[in-house]
Amino acid sequence: MNDAIAVEGLRKSFADIEAVAGISFSIRQGELFGFLGPNGAGKTTTINMLTGLARPDDGNIRIGGIECSGNPKAAQHLIGVVPDESNLYPELTGFENLCFCAALYGLGKAERKTRALELLDTFGLTEAANRKLGGYSKGMKRKLTVAAGIIHKPEILFLDEPTTGIDVASARHIRHLIADLHRAGTTIFLTTHYIEEAERLCDRIAFIVSGRIVRIDTVEHLVQPVQEKHILQIACANDVGEMQGRLATSFPDLAFETPSHGLIRVESDDPIRVGPLVRFLEDQGVEVIEARRMRPSLEDVFVRVTGIAADAMRKDKEKPGGGA
Amino acid sequence: MKRWIAFWNILIKDMRTYYLKPPNISWGLIFPLAWTGMFFIKSGSGLESILTMLPGVVALSILFGTTSMLAVAVTFEKKNRSFERLLRAPIPLELLMLAKTSGAIVFGVANAFVPVAMAAFFADLCPVAWSVFLPAVVMIAIACTFLGLFIAVAVSEVFEAQTFSNFFRFPMIFLCGLFFPIARLPAFLRPLPYALPLTYGVDALHGAIHGEHALSLVLDFCVLGAFCIGLFAVSLRNIKRRWIL
Repeated sequence: MNDAIAVEGLRKSFADIEAVAGISFSIRQGELFGFLGPNGAGKTTTINMLTGLARPDDGNIRIGGIECSGNPKAAQHLIGVVPDESNLYPELTGFENLCFCAALYGLGKAERKTRALELLDTFGLTEAANRKLGGYSKGMKRKLTVAAGIIHKPEILFLDEPTTGIDVASARHIRHLIADLHRAGTTIFLTTHYIEEAERLCDRIAFIVSGRIVRIDTVEHLVQPVQEKHILQIACANDVGEMQGRLATSFPDLAFETPSHGLIRVESDDPIRVGPLVRFLEDQGVEVIEARRMRPSLEDVFVRVTGIAADAMRKDKEKPGGGA
Repeated sequence: MKRWIAFWNILIKDMRTYYLKPPNISWGLIFPLAWTGMFFIKSGSGLESILTMLPGVVALSILFGTTSMLAVAVTFEKKNRSFERLLRAPIPLELLMLAKTSGAIVFGVANAFVPVAMAAFFADLCPVAWSVFLPAVVMIAIACTFLGLFIAVAVSEVFEAQTFSNFFRFPMIFLCGLFFPIARLPAFLRPLPYALPLTYGVDALHGAIHGEHALSLVLDFCVLGAFCIGLFAVSLRNIKRRWIL
């Protein structure tokens, strides 16, 4: 099967900062490929280079078999882009916005209208179709932006943080639609900072940090090494920052972390016995609220591979103006 | 065909969204008429002077009408990132920018006929050489639109575009022979108008309306054409250099 996207040695610098440092990857047709990384990792710069909004300093890009390195316009008819922020027209209604975006790809008048109405219905925006975009909620704007990205039925879809900063119901709706598009055969390049979202949706994932791809594999292969691990999370009422050393001395076979104020994370290759740990903590004057066995996830892999706490990445991205 | 669907829809969208909005009407119509009224009263001349003033008013209407448009249609869209959507569409950049500027050109041409329609009530327009007047209006509209594009691409905020536009627009009112001949300018300023496109457009308008022009009409149209090509080419280069990073 041909690659929908093939990238080799892609490089981009802004002044002295190397935003993308010679990355290479390929995405098969119909694949849902996740691009995970913290703020400033180079995700959006990569999308901009792949979609013709930024010129690579070096490297090759092939989209749909078309060489686009020197001519970014060559494959633009094959792609749809959903940017990290809505860039539709606030003065136009939802319906007009979709029709306009369809016209940019050369769809005829009747087809534009049919497709716009169809998508407004799919995204639950029919009632708001004739309202100006300026009056839409953030979730509605996001849905319309996704609809605008797929109005011309692109073979390859770039989704840049599609569920960031919107309500839970809208995010869930968008995730279902992404899964539907994937099932229908659309190749999807998804950047997100929601690791669980990537784990649930993607076939393969690349971790990008400081412009470099540090790991690239299927979700199954990425998660496999950590799934053999046993993880226990203990929530305490007290500050447990100073307990890590004492716990490590008393339980040398276990690995301890204190990721936040009242939280202890215990990791081991063998099953962890909860009782001795809780008794030890209570003897030290720590009030244990809860002890829970955790299923190792992609988040654990991400933290291990990149050294970046997933929570920190999430908080960073959700700051106003966040976006790599 | 597909590209022309995109072209036409960009043009229509811009016309509907941005043109005929209060700022454009005030700059494109009210300002030139008020300015002309001031000159008319100040000169103390009668209705017979209308034909000598008409080229200046027409040029002013086109200049202010077109250059005001691009600040919104281009700079504003760049600022709110909707221009990225256009850059990612499968349309050649040249055609995209022609679509973005065509609305302003149409608006500029339409603007030119407002003072003409008003003048028709007070003066006899039979002597006007329409075969020269019409192409001159179109060429001025194109040159001024591309001047507006050049300015819109050079800045990042709408207010900067308006301010930067005035840097060109206001001197042109005095320098380009709109209301008094270039020969009456101080000697050290006289070469300057020949570096500005409006000089050639206004000269052609004077020739078309009352038959008095300083340069040959062929030269006027050739230089206007050169300005159009040059300004459009520089604007495209700036877009590629500044906006496609």
